[in-house]
Amino acid sequence: MHLTQGTFSYLPALSDEEIAAQVRYALDHEWSISIEHTDDPHPRNVYWEMWALPMFDVTDVTAVLAEVNRCRRAHPQQYVKLNAYDRSKGRQTTALSFIVNRPAHEPGFRVERQESSDRRIRYTLHAYAADKPTGHRYEDFPVNGSKEQ
Amino acid sequence: MATTETKATEERSRWAAGVIPYKEMGYWQPDYEPKETDILCAFRITPQDGVEPDEAAAAVAGESSTATWTVVWTDRLTSYEDYQAKAYRVTPVPGTDNQYIAYIAYDIDLFEEGSIANLTSSIIGNVFGFKALKALRLEDMRIPAQYAKTFQGPAHGIVVEREYLNKYGRPLLGATTKPKLGLSARNYGRVVYEALRGGLDFVKDDENTNSQPFMRWRDRYLFCMEAVAKAMAATGEIKGHYLNVTAASMEEIYERAEFARDLGSVIVMIDLTIGFSAMQSMARWARKNGVILHLHRAGHGTYTRQKTHGISFRVLSKWCRLIGVDHIHAGTVVGKLEGDPHMVSGYYDTLRKNKVTADPGRGLYFDQDWASIPAVMPVASGGIHAAQAHQLLHHLGEDVVLQFGGGTIGHPMGIAAGATANRVAVEAMIQARNEGRDFLMEGPEILERAARWCAPLRQAIDLWGEITFNYESTDTPDVLATPS
Repeated sequence: MHLTQGTFSYLPALSDEEIAAQVRYALDHEWSISIEHTDDPHPRNVYWEMWALPMFDVTDVTAVLAEVNRCRRAHPQQYVKLNAYDRSKGRQTTALSFIVNRPAHEPGFRVERQESSDRRIRYTLHAYAADKPTGHRYEDFPVNGSKEQ
Repeated sequence: MATTETKATEERSRWAAGVIPYKEMGYWQPDYEPKETDILCAFRITPQDGVEPDEAAAAVAGESSTATWTVVWTDRLTSYEDYQAKAYRVTPVPGTDNQYIAYIAYDIDLFEEGSIANLTSSIIGNVFGFKALKALRLEDMRIPAQYAKTFQGPAHGIVVEREYLNKYGRPLLGATTKPKLGLSARNYGRVVYEALRGGLDFVKDDENTNSQPFMRWRDRYLFCMEAVAKAMAATGEIKGHYLNVTAASMEEIYERAEFARDLGSVIVMIDLTIGFSAMQSMARWARKNGVILHLHRAGHGTYTRQKTHGISFRVLSKWCRLIGVDHIHAGTVVGKLEGDPHMVSGYYDTLRKNKVTADPGRGLYFDQDWASIPAVMPVASGGIHAAQAHQLLHHLGEDVVLQFGGGTIGHPMGIAAGATANRVAVEAMIQARNEGRDFLMEGPEILERAARWCAPLRQAIDLWGEITFNYESTDTPDVLATPS
């Protein structure tokens, strides 16, 4: 499957130049950039791991891109996203957020149905990857996509 | 001495039994300076022949506040100067021969705190049938922050909705299930599943999808939530279906809403036809239960569309923001339903901004300070499609739900492909906008480029690219800003 969280998940993966253009847009709006990564793709997993603190004072696109690449190199088998945060009054929320790295193989989710009376069902999503402890979730599928011996 | 005597004579005639002009009863006060706490209204009045505009304005002020048709001595038991509404300005409408905008100020004490029913019973209660006027339209209201803050406001608002759904930086996408009547619950759920897995965030019941013989509400909810859960698994995204809980009584509305909540639905929907108090009840319920509240403005066109009589949609938008809905249908500009671009832009600002500045070119008669009351997410629905992505983004911005019903379900490659076409078109347009491109001018080219790798978008453009709904709008601004 293809995880479609994020602003641009239906487009082909953004190139470094395309990521830089989005970063420039965010910085022009005085939004601060942060980078987060996770190996738990559940849509209600709100708190991805922070790659250092939000870059409140960084105004240089190249510096942001360098951080993105450092995070991608450190976690090639995880989801990495770039967030732009708008601290202005009345917003104080994320303004833009898109995935810039994803595992080579995305095993997806299982729907669990807890059947109850009167045809009622309680639904739960279960990420297949989360069967393993964090840090070991996508290791069967290295970046080149072939299964490791 | 003479002045005192004149004043005494005036007082006597003011209170003499019988009928005197409203103007002379204190409802016309051209020198009045509105107080910061006053509720202000701008009415478009069309007086009967022979009725002076300021007398007509005074009559509106009188009939919407303390007056009746004749003098009553019991007024003198009250501090009537405070309770009388005051018409303080009348201006002719340019380009018409018998229309005027009457500005009327109401003291805040005239209204019960936090009650739209009370506010509307006063302002639009009797006066719209008043014989001295040929027609009357409530164009705009200034709700002072002191009064606005007595309302709950949106159950969640745009910011909380986005954080709840984990979706940022782009319009949300939806579709209304079609055909809206006749499908069995099981078939209906199929449409929901396909549209959501293809890339939409929401699917929607239509306003008249309630609980008919071919599909009872409980069956629909069960099948729709199966569809929602499966689509979430297919995409890893939060998805929702606006389950319409509109019913004949408040008890049934609650029963349906609670069932939807228990099945895990993130959103429920009501129709405007349930009435203002039922809407306020549901806004409280929605906040208490953590469920987003979608409003379909069913029926509004009966009183918002004609320019000389009724209520402007911007007034209805204000009431709905006070009431506390999270979503409201507010026009598409380019779609099949009424909506002059300037007027729609005024509605969107009214729903989304914290401070709105008066702008007659967009039908905004007053400054409005929302005092941090959350913003309502406008919904654009009716005759829009992927090939209009650039125009939609230009007119409506990104805090909006774009609903492509026919434009999803009518796709030749199937419903999921239709959904994908819409999502790709919108994401490509957001990307281009953020890159600093002139996306309105270059829109067709941006879509063409995405269509090279996205076959569903290719087909959508080929099928609908030329479809437009170019009809004259009925409700247009009186003043158009001329470029300087």
